[in-house]
Amino acid sequence: MRKLSSASKLYLIIVFLVLYAPIFYLIYYSFNSGGSMNDFESFTLEHYKAVFKDSRLIVILINTVIVALLSGLIATIFGTLGAIGIVSIKDKKIRNTLLSLNNVLIVSPDVVIGASFLILFTMIGVKLGFASVVVSHVAFSVPIVVLMVLPKLLEMNTSLIDAARDLGASKRDVLTRVILPYIKPGIFAGFFLALTYSLDDFAVTFFVTGNGFSTLSVEIYSMARTGISLTINAISGLVFLVTVFVVIGYYFFNNRSKRIHEGVQR
Amino acid sequence: MAKQRGALFPYIIWIALFVIAPIALIVYYSMLDLSGNFTIANYKAFFSPVYLKMTLTSFWYAFLITLFTLMIAYPTAYLLTKTKHKQLWLMLIIIPSWINLLLKTYAFIGIFGLYGPINAAVEVFGFEPKQILFTDFSFIFVSVYIFIPFMIIPIFNSLDKLNPTLIYAARDLGASSFTTFLRVIFPLTIDGVKSGIQVTFIPALSLFMITRLIAGNQVITLGTAIEQQFLVSQNWGMGSTIAVFLILSMVVIMFLTGQKKGGRVR
Repeated sequence: MRKLSSASKLYLIIVFLVLYAPIFYLIYYSFNSGGSMNDFESFTLEHYKAVFKDSRLIVILINTVIVALLSGLIATIFGTLGAIGIVSIKDKKIRNTLLSLNNVLIVSPDVVIGASFLILFTMIGVKLGFASVVVSHVAFSVPIVVLMVLPKLLEMNTSLIDAARDLGASKRDVLTRVILPYIKPGIFAGFFLALTYSLDDFAVTFFVTGNGFSTLSVEIYSMARTGISLTINAISGLVFLVTVFVVIGYYFFNNRSKRIHEGVQR
Repeated sequence: MAKQRGALFPYIIWIALFVIAPIALIVYYSMLDLSGNFTIANYKAFFSPVYLKMTLTSFWYAFLITLFTLMIAYPTAYLLTKTKHKQLWLMLIIIPSWINLLLKTYAFIGIFGLYGPINAAVEVFGFEPKQILFTDFSFIFVSVYIFIPFMIIPIFNSLDKLNPTLIYAARDLGASSFTTFLRVIFPLTIDGVKSGIQVTFIPALSLFMITRLIAGNQVITLGTAIEQQFLVSQNWGMGSTIAVFLILSMVVIMFLTGQKKGGRVR
């Protein structure tokens, strides 16, 4: 492998700087005692205190986490069952049709998903609020879980199941003792991605949330529309911290499961 | 494995309710006027100069955003594969993509503001500070900034899979590094580029928060128009008509960037 030329290094450094500059810019001014993002007056933690004192904001934060966990959990169950079901289909045409339908929500623009769900909920008569938000997050997370679980199922040796059946395992045993343990990494990856999709979502939630219910993204949007508020900066600081921890955790989890997996294969 | 078919049931219901029904509802609503009567007036309105111009500019912006993102992301991905700890560097690229999109957009309200750092730098060189916010430049810049990591990841993956002996072979056979890139590297990584274009172009047509927060009313994309019709004007019929065209353009883009060997997300 050749070493990178200094011009290449410079290019990479600039890209990294540009990618991180806005984030650090936000965090830097979250410690500003002045009210703006221009002049740094003096160091303060008052904006962080304001976040924790604002009970409305705390409720929204808790809502966001509950929506993510709940929708992630339900989507993981639906998605895993769906993936198992898809694999059981022998007819290639039906299988491919289901797979294409599965991908529709992944590639659809958020606005279209949000708008169509808004029509759907209004027609069925679901009240806009917590329930509609959770249901729509489940809806757009299911296909991601399916995509994460499916490869695991496909690479699974079917003789494992035959062996279990021959040895007298019931249908239920085969599922809980053979299939589920084997595809566990896929299920976890799916749950994890569903969580991040839910936490990150703005557009869909914006459409299907009523007046009384709000998640963090929607709240940030309405705060940002009224102008600069250093409370948002403090939120960014906290979000950045959590994200870094989560990414590092995911990285190690992923690497470990990959290594275990490769160890099994070879 | 045919006995697992019962697992398919909840999944099929999910598809019917959240994939097929929403699309059907969008198409149905696109043929309704404000009082709920059948009409094709929405489609007529869409083909009026106002909407056609809006659609064309939306596509033009999405094209520019995708082009610039690709021009920055490809070299970055290429250089990243040459670094020593490439997975670690890739992770550092991924972290900003996990920070909530609205927070990153919000940062630019400060950065591009009249008293922000960019204008401060402009002043040092003796120019008058200018309003950068609420221009199409700021819209394109912020969008490119947001999409860069999403473009880098698929390109990085396909470059990483590229067999290096092919490059050595090309060089041994006398190809210049430019020819090698044009005739060997780029064609072999075209799938990554296509995935990158997919994840950039469609959101660039539809993201409405960036236009709302950064571009004011200067830029109206298809997504902004849908949001406007649904949530502001309450004209669901017209909003659905625009959504129908957004879905159609999505299908065209998916078709154009479709991969022959059935690519997989991530």
